[in-house]
Amino acid sequence: MSVAQLIKSFTLWEFLKAHRLTLKYFFKPKATINYPYEKNPISPRFRGEHALRRYPNGEERCIACKLCEAVCPALAITIEAEPRDDGSRRTTRYDLDMTKCIYCGFCQEACPVDAIVEGPNLEYSTETREELLYDKAKLLANGDKWERAIAANLEADAPYR
Amino acid sequence: MVSVDAQTETEMPTVTVDGTEIEVPDGATVLQACELAGKEIPRFCYHERLSIAGNCRMCLVEVKPGPPKPQASCALPATHGQEIRTDSEMVKKAREGVMEFLLINHPLDCPICDQGGECDLQDQSVAYGRGGSRYHENKRAVTEKYMGPLIKTIMTRCIHCTRCVRFSEEVAGVDEIGALYRGEDMQITTYLEHATKHELSANVIDLCPVGALTSRPYAYEARPWELKKTLGIDVSDAMGSNIRIDVRGREVLRVLPRNNDDVNEEWLSDKARWQVDGLTRRRLDRVWIRRDGKLQPAAWDQAFGMIASAAKGGSVAAMAGDLLDCETMFAARRLVNAAGSQLLESRQTGMSYPAGNLAAVNFNSTFAGIETADAVLIVGSHVRWEAPLLNVRLRKAAKRGAKIFIVGPHWEPTYRAEFLGEDASVLHDLPDHVAAAMQGAARPAIIVGAGGLVAGAHGPALALAHAWNVVRDADGVRWNGFNVLHMAAARMGALMLGFARPRGLAELVQAAPAVLLSLGADEMDYAPFAGSLKVYIGHHGDKGATAADIILPASAYTEKAGTYVSTEGRVQFADKAAFAPGDAREDWTILRALADALGVSIGFDSFDQLRTAMVAEVPALGAEGLIDFGPLPAAESAERAGGPIAYPVKDFYLTNPIARASATMQRCSAELLHGEELAEAAE
Repeated sequence: MSVAQLIKSFTLWEFLKAHRLTLKYFFKPKATINYPYEKNPISPRFRGEHALRRYPNGEERCIACKLCEAVCPALAITIEAEPRDDGSRRTTRYDLDMTKCIYCGFCQEACPVDAIVEGPNLEYSTETREELLYDKAKLLANGDKWERAIAANLEADAPYR
Repeated sequence: MVSVDAQTETEMPTVTVDGTEIEVPDGATVLQACELAGKEIPRFCYHERLSIAGNCRMCLVEVKPGPPKPQASCALPATHGQEIRTDSEMVKKAREGVMEFLLINHPLDCPICDQGGECDLQDQSVAYGRGGSRYHENKRAVTEKYMGPLIKTIMTRCIHCTRCVRFSEEVAGVDEIGALYRGEDMQITTYLEHATKHELSANVIDLCPVGALTSRPYAYEARPWELKKTLGIDVSDAMGSNIRIDVRGREVLRVLPRNNDDVNEEWLSDKARWQVDGLTRRRLDRVWIRRDGKLQPAAWDQAFGMIASAAKGGSVAAMAGDLLDCETMFAARRLVNAAGSQLLESRQTGMSYPAGNLAAVNFNSTFAGIETADAVLIVGSHVRWEAPLLNVRLRKAAKRGAKIFIVGPHWEPTYRAEFLGEDASVLHDLPDHVAAAMQGAARPAIIVGAGGLVAGAHGPALALAHAWNVVRDADGVRWNGFNVLHMAAARMGALMLGFARPRGLAELVQAAPAVLLSLGADEMDYAPFAGSLKVYIGHHGDKGATAADIILPASAYTEKAGTYVSTEGRVQFADKAAFAPGDAREDWTILRALADALGVSIGFDSFDQLRTAMVAEVPALGAEGLIDFGPLPAAESAERAGGPIAYPVKDFYLTNPIARASATMQRCSAELLHGEELAEAAE
């Protein structure tokens, strides 16, 4: 054992070094947040809970082109369509199985009218499995609820597309 | 029209396509030469079965010798020593340019367009287009045109290829669709926006290379990639048209024609195409037993028990319906025979023409062959309604100069034809010029339809066939010009399987069977069978089910695999496309279970065993293709035809239980056939 090592072990040098680190973090600002009351910022590209958007006049955007259904790698989307009374192409059924979804975001990439989007919401855990089988009404309600955040995110991300 | 088949004795021209030398048939176009060399030429207006228009300009290629510019290959004859390039920079630029021009006025609404996924313009713009647009001005918009209950129009998408116009003029033979105005302002429309009334009108949907003409009943229903495609055989008439059945989940969404030059070319009648929405309506999906005059739901065991106890007291008879596959009829035959009876019949309307020799009840000329006939005598057949695709063939024959004579009430043929009178007795007293034309013809043909058979014209027509010597060697090929045109898809198969008593339905009535098995027989009169237990094994709640004492739910033609024999004696196989609803079972399984209930053995436990047993008894049903029924039998000279001829088809769109249940067919019938009556009634 060398002399330097002897001095270090007798003066508890490693111990003091560890205490110095501890005290440094002790006086630094905290990294943990008080989660339900405080939240981390998330990217505009965050892929969270799905929503079906509407146009500002209230008309639903989705035109039943079924591209999201086709592109979905997890086969989570089921769509049925028929002409609406005014002759326009609309879905009669838009089911999204959130238990199948892998949140790849292909559906919103495929959508030609920005109807299906993955919004910023990540807090939608449920007590039963059935609640995660979303239908069209649920998705449209999501859209209405999150429209401002979704629109802001899309705008923020637009320059990079 | 240039045809590749029209080979002559002259030397075949040799052309060079992209450096490969190739011999092409005389009269071929440059486009056909490129196809023979294995090069894909993009095209919109060119279609093999239509005349050449040369107006889309998509098929441009570089040809030397010639002007130093790209040329439309579809309209350019291939001549000896041509050097054709399909891969040069000039051709690439030309295609990109044409595509850009086509897309100037084509709306980019692919996401809401039903053609999306099966669109020629979409595919070709990916393959040959520039990939971006430089056009920023306003696009042209065209008002919608009404074309009837089957065709949906979005005319803004039209690229003016005029395939639909040429189809209705050349193939269908009616001037229903045409073009208004010129150049960019050109609009495709029906005259005064009347609905298209022709039986083949929906074929323009397949022909349209873009989404301008799409299908109205199928509007927005599904995308092509979602559909399970099954190869089937159509049963709406006796042509045996080759179809593709598109299914999503359990529902048949649409039917498309398959290409078969010998049968339906690539066309399909509107009924075959759109009767399928009837497959989900008025279906029998559970067992019913009539108690106290009312049909009540029951269990299979109860029904089988009732049938077994009734069968103890007498004979069992079977009546085959019009839409059956051969396997069902064979299983029924085994069952009836095992129960000790021979009472099998398929001619529901009581016809009793001799069916011992099948050559006498077959369409011997074949559909492809009838095109080459040069004199045709049609006896009691409304061909346009009984077999619309045969009418297309007859129109081709007429265009080649065939003389066509029709015995029976007037209908509108799509070609020049002479009506000889409404009474069948005219056969014994034909005008001299008709006899002369038939005798002088190289390939004479006689077609006896259902109306003729009822009026007893079968024997006299056969006598005429022998008198005119319609079976002969024509240019070294055997020509048999005697034809019977059936209307039921199951008829030829039924006759081959012995579903014909010498005296027809009357014999069954006379035998007064204890049990009458009705295998989807919906056109017959059940009143004479008041004393029998009537068991209806079928799929739709139509006439047969109304008269039945017991209903056993069975499968429709899309819900079972089967063998079909068309009226020209062509054996074809169909696959199962979907499952039958509810408790309905495949027909043969019902008959197999019924055999157990009756305590008899019919010798098979699986579909494969059934098919093997059937082929062992009737070997002709084992191989796909035309059956040779041998020479024509001699005519019984004593037979005389007489009485006015009546066509059995009163309404083209409602001839079978599936079509009668179909909302689309009902709409077609109401609007296209009875529209004027309805309009008058409204006033």
